[in-house]
Amino acid sequence: MSSVLEVQNLTTHYSTLRGWVRAAENVSFRVEKGQALGVAGESGCGKTTVALSILRILPQGGRIRKGKIIFEGTDIVPLSEDSMRKIRWKGIAIVFQGAMNALNPVFKVGDQIIEAIRVHEPDVEKKHALERARSLLELVGVEADRVDNYPHEFSGGMRQRALIAMALAANPRLLIADEPGTALDVIVQAQTLKLLRDLKEKLGLSMVLISHDLSIIAETCEKVAIMYAGRIVEYGDAEAIFREPLHPYTQGLVKAFPSIKGPRVRLASIPGQPPDLLNPPPACRFNPRCPYIMDVCKKIDPPLEKAGTGDHLVACHLY
Amino acid sequence: MSDDSEEFVLRVENLKKYFPLRKGFLETMLSREEATVKAVDGISFNVRKGEIIGLAGESGSGKTTTGRLLLRLTKPTGGSIFFEGKDIAKLDDHEIKSLRRNMQIIFQDPFESLDPRMTIKDIVAEPLQVQKIAKNQEELEQRVKEALSDVELVPPEEFLTRFPHELSGGQRQRVAVARAFVLGPKFVVADEPVSMLDVSIRAEILNLMVDLVQKKGASVVFITHDLAVTKHVCDRVVVMYLGKVMETASSAQLIDLPLHPYTQALIAAVPVPDPSYRRGDVISGEIPSPVNPPSGCRFHTRCPFAFERCSTEEPKLLEVEKDHYAACHLYT
Repeated sequence: MSSVLEVQNLTTHYSTLRGWVRAAENVSFRVEKGQALGVAGESGCGKTTVALSILRILPQGGRIRKGKIIFEGTDIVPLSEDSMRKIRWKGIAIVFQGAMNALNPVFKVGDQIIEAIRVHEPDVEKKHALERARSLLELVGVEADRVDNYPHEFSGGMRQRALIAMALAANPRLLIADEPGTALDVIVQAQTLKLLRDLKEKLGLSMVLISHDLSIIAETCEKVAIMYAGRIVEYGDAEAIFREPLHPYTQGLVKAFPSIKGPRVRLASIPGQPPDLLNPPPACRFNPRCPYIMDVCKKIDPPLEKAGTGDHLVACHLY
Repeated sequence: MSDDSEEFVLRVENLKKYFPLRKGFLETMLSREEATVKAVDGISFNVRKGEIIGLAGESGSGKTTTGRLLLRLTKPTGGSIFFEGKDIAKLDDHEIKSLRRNMQIIFQDPFESLDPRMTIKDIVAEPLQVQKIAKNQEELEQRVKEALSDVELVPPEEFLTRFPHELSGGQRQRVAVARAFVLGPKFVVADEPVSMLDVSIRAEILNLMVDLVQKKGASVVFITHDLAVTKHVCDRVVVMYLGKVMETASSAQLIDLPLHPYTQALIAAVPVPDPSYRRGDVISGEIPSPVNPPSGCRFHTRCPFAFERCSTEEPKLLEVEKDHYAACHLYT
């Protein structure tokens, strides 16, 4: 299995008046064909920065300072804007957080999907684009005739589906979904996640699913990368990470998601809060909150290395 | 009955809140009908002293409107709210004011609910000042410091002169909790108090609330869409759908042995943090519009067990097992 996406030592910083915000550092992971990678972490951990870096749509001040992003064999970091434009939507597509609000309210949903198709494939005739828009809506579980509806005639869940349809309009090989469950009711969220799983199977679609919600990552992803303060602190098969979380942060995070199936427990949290990325703590960035802190943790950055079984990697001096 | 008012802090009976819908000019000219959004349409439940009761449901269920009704932030269209035996539903705003020291609220957004131009001291002191408690500045400051210690913002002196933007989201929410409990209220409505906080710090706020409730003997109405949390934090849960109560039970019973098909669907939809867990089918469809709710049982359009009676007759909320109520024709 060759990977669809391989990120190597990606380092992205934001230039601000107060200095560089070190949003993502030395981030490395792979996404295999037809598989979903979950990038888990809380606000400020750098996961959205990684997504924006992959698509090269960082906001003003954001800069990829180091690293490679190899998409289907080609490093896309040095590519020109023109070349990147051919990859966006057609190779890699993204569904943003709060997607339901991204539809233009004054255009019909079908027309917006058609626009997405024709912007990236200008040779497609309007008639064919319309047919594709209809089948895309059906693919995501919305009746094809609703191409003529306006966004306000769609419910929140349907709008989310329409956005996913739009993202798939140019047949990308990789779909990035940023917080696909947030802002959705639990039943609609479950329907959306099921849709993503089905698309993965039916289309052989590779995915990167970004979320702070470990439960939805557990449900949809085969591999998981846990991010904290801009770094990947643990990486491996979803089963291994949940069954045997190695990094103290991962352990804390897993405990913070009480299962609805298990017995009643006193909820556990991690004391403190994520660091300021303008001035992160020295060496291991988790050290101010870590219950197992040792001297070396403040001096030497723990590298991401093998631990446990199989593909399981962790960045922690305990191992 | 006197024993009722001692056992129950709150008794809600057939509570209703309808909002009239404004129609466009042309529509108003052409039709006489007024559309209403029946946000809360006849709900009943009780809250005991020291109980944490979860009000669970998805968007459009009416739970937030219910929370506002309990605090009389809005006036009910019908029904009763018995606070310690006295019906507060029909009181006017003036009469409510003095009762307000007994009921407080914690909002969802820790960034919006604190005035950015007030110091932490002023924010926590405000309820004391509005209710004219505290004889002098020293007592005021003392009570504020106690409230801050209660929420573990210690040493309290360090926080008095700070402004909200200097605190993290979790700290701000602690201030909101301090503000809610500073008057020693009998009940607190917490409207999704942790959903905007990072996951790893939610537990501390929730545990804090559970501890304070025990310490102060207050009751909490905990509005949430997160059923997993209700299991671990709430004593009882009321499940709402389109303005009606579908099921009420202890949190353990509700999650482990749900009776109502909607509750079952809701629980089945909650993601489980276990990759080896194979979930069953997800129920289809979405919540219908509260302007035109389905006839009979509101859930019948999506219910896998619906039969003829469900679309014509609305099921009553009945005690199916001890202390476990459900509004469903499967049990009538």
